[in-house]
Amino acid sequence: MNGLKVVFWKEMADHLGSRKFIILFAIILAISVSVVYILSQNISEYFSEISKEYMFLNLFTTSAGSLPSFIFFVSFFGPLIGIIFGFDSINSERSRGTMSTVLSQPIYRDALINGKFLASLTTIGIMLISIILIILGLELGVLGIIPNFEEILRMGLFFVASIIYIGFWLSMGILFSIVFRQTTTSALISVMLWIFFAFFILMIASVIADQIVPLNQNSTLEVAAKNDEIKNMILRISPVVLFQEIVIALLNPSARAFGISSLVKLNDLLPTSLSISQSLMVIWPQFVGLIALMLICFAISYIIFMRQEIRAT
Amino acid sequence: MKKIVLEAKNLTKFYNHNKVVDSINLQIEEGEIFGFLGPNGAGKTTTILMALGLTEPSSGEVNIFGYNSTREPLKVKRITSYLPENVGFYEDLTAQENLKYITRLNNIPEKNAEEKIKEVLKIVGLAEEAHKEVGKYSKGMKQRLGMAAVLVKEPKIAILDEPTTGIDPKGVEEILNLIVKMSKEQNITIMLSSHLLYQVQKICTKIGIISKGRIVAQGSIQEIDQNLLKTNQEDSFEVKVNPELSPVVLDSIKKIEGVNKIEKKSSEHSLEEIYIKYFREG
Repeated sequence: MNGLKVVFWKEMADHLGSRKFIILFAIILAISVSVVYILSQNISEYFSEISKEYMFLNLFTTSAGSLPSFIFFVSFFGPLIGIIFGFDSINSERSRGTMSTVLSQPIYRDALINGKFLASLTTIGIMLISIILIILGLELGVLGIIPNFEEILRMGLFFVASIIYIGFWLSMGILFSIVFRQTTTSALISVMLWIFFAFFILMIASVIADQIVPLNQNSTLEVAAKNDEIKNMILRISPVVLFQEIVIALLNPSARAFGISSLVKLNDLLPTSLSISQSLMVIWPQFVGLIALMLICFAISYIIFMRQEIRAT
Repeated sequence: MKKIVLEAKNLTKFYNHNKVVDSINLQIEEGEIFGFLGPNGAGKTTTILMALGLTEPSSGEVNIFGYNSTREPLKVKRITSYLPENVGFYEDLTAQENLKYITRLNNIPEKNAEEKIKEVLKIVGLAEEAHKEVGKYSKGMKQRLGMAAVLVKEPKIAILDEPTTGIDPKGVEEILNLIVKMSKEQNITIMLSSHLLYQVQKICTKIGIISKGRIVAQGSIQEIDQNLLKTNQEDSFEVKVNPELSPVVLDSIKKIEGVNKIEKKSSEHSLEEIYIKYFREG
């Protein structure tokens, strides 16, 4: 255990003092603060869209004019943060020649990868929570909106979900840093996968769905629903989609279903908000899926790393 | 007889069906400076990594102070220091901080560590540069810092992989002196791999020669020398003459029945000769 602790604290110190941390922090802070600020300046414009019960949460989910919402930025920048912290974690140790020095000390081999993973995740957590707190402070100060208890709980869950989401991208970055000896290769492959999961999967999903269940003007509602179902099934391979659904349900208490069914079923329902446990029920499969994706990704990197040769050259 | 510190028994390693290390048997006694000689790709580093428990042997085993390297790697790594070929450090940290990380990984209490780091930096002659970032170090300085990293955990045995490659002659001299000092003053057993014979000849008490994954000779330089002569000597006579025989005499000896070869030899085999002979045969 000592080895893990030592590696963890060394990595933490490295991260917190590193330029990449400071730059990332500054960028994300600037973007999120400006989103909230612009929104709060024009709050009267969007007042009709905002439910008064969950005013605080709505500030995170509403997009202000040309600027997208805060949660869009998290789902968009989250992967980049994870990749930036992960893509050179192992192969840079290898190319600097520090890996054999460290591993020839009396520590278990997994202390290195576990320590690195935990330290990066903690750093990201610190980054995220301080941004959330800054926004919270801004809203309290500028707008005088006080979050109620449930909103704070939902923010907490949102934080957990974001950590798991970024954790997935982090472990993917680490995986590529183990597989590829060049940091540029692992960075490129990571970014490629991110683009695929964030953008290309949308096109691919609808193409495949249309192939299996073709739609035309005479299609019945059942056929359309079937098409949508297939599309959603494919989309949910992507952690980006999973995360977006989780966040929508968490920060928007009236969300109860996704896809075409949300349009159909909801007409007959009372427009009341769901309680937090019910919101969780709605996105439970997505939540578990996201956790599984992160764990699988980390497990693969762990196994490959444990079997890999430690060669100085 | 002295205590055996490192022992390899039938140590074998396959990489994709290639036998990189082929049933090596090695014994290193306490207090020795053991030179592990062989050309590049002979299996030196693989053997060392197996001794440290960083690579699993395909068969056979290594014991260091009675601890099995594969099954008890932590115990082995606690008493063994390893200087990798092309040793690397965190370039944005100072020498002192780099060594501190190593002492922490070794669970050495902070208080003792501080003093120990100062002491070893003085030994390797980097006391002045202790607070300089390692990124600004020259190759020779880095290598000396590597030696400091070896010393700082107070090992019983130090395994140095090509400690002198890529360093200027003066630096090499310094490193070699350090190794001898380590062995004599701190009583550390040393295993040193190299392909530079001249250096090994100068400081090693025993050598092992590895070629294509096999140990082809092991012992002190004199022993190996004698063995080499013996194998050539069957049914042969060695005559010491001074000055050289004239070609006429040599010719007449050649004409005698049963003589099929006459060879001129210098008085003693240098290590270079031994080495080249083994690799030609291997």
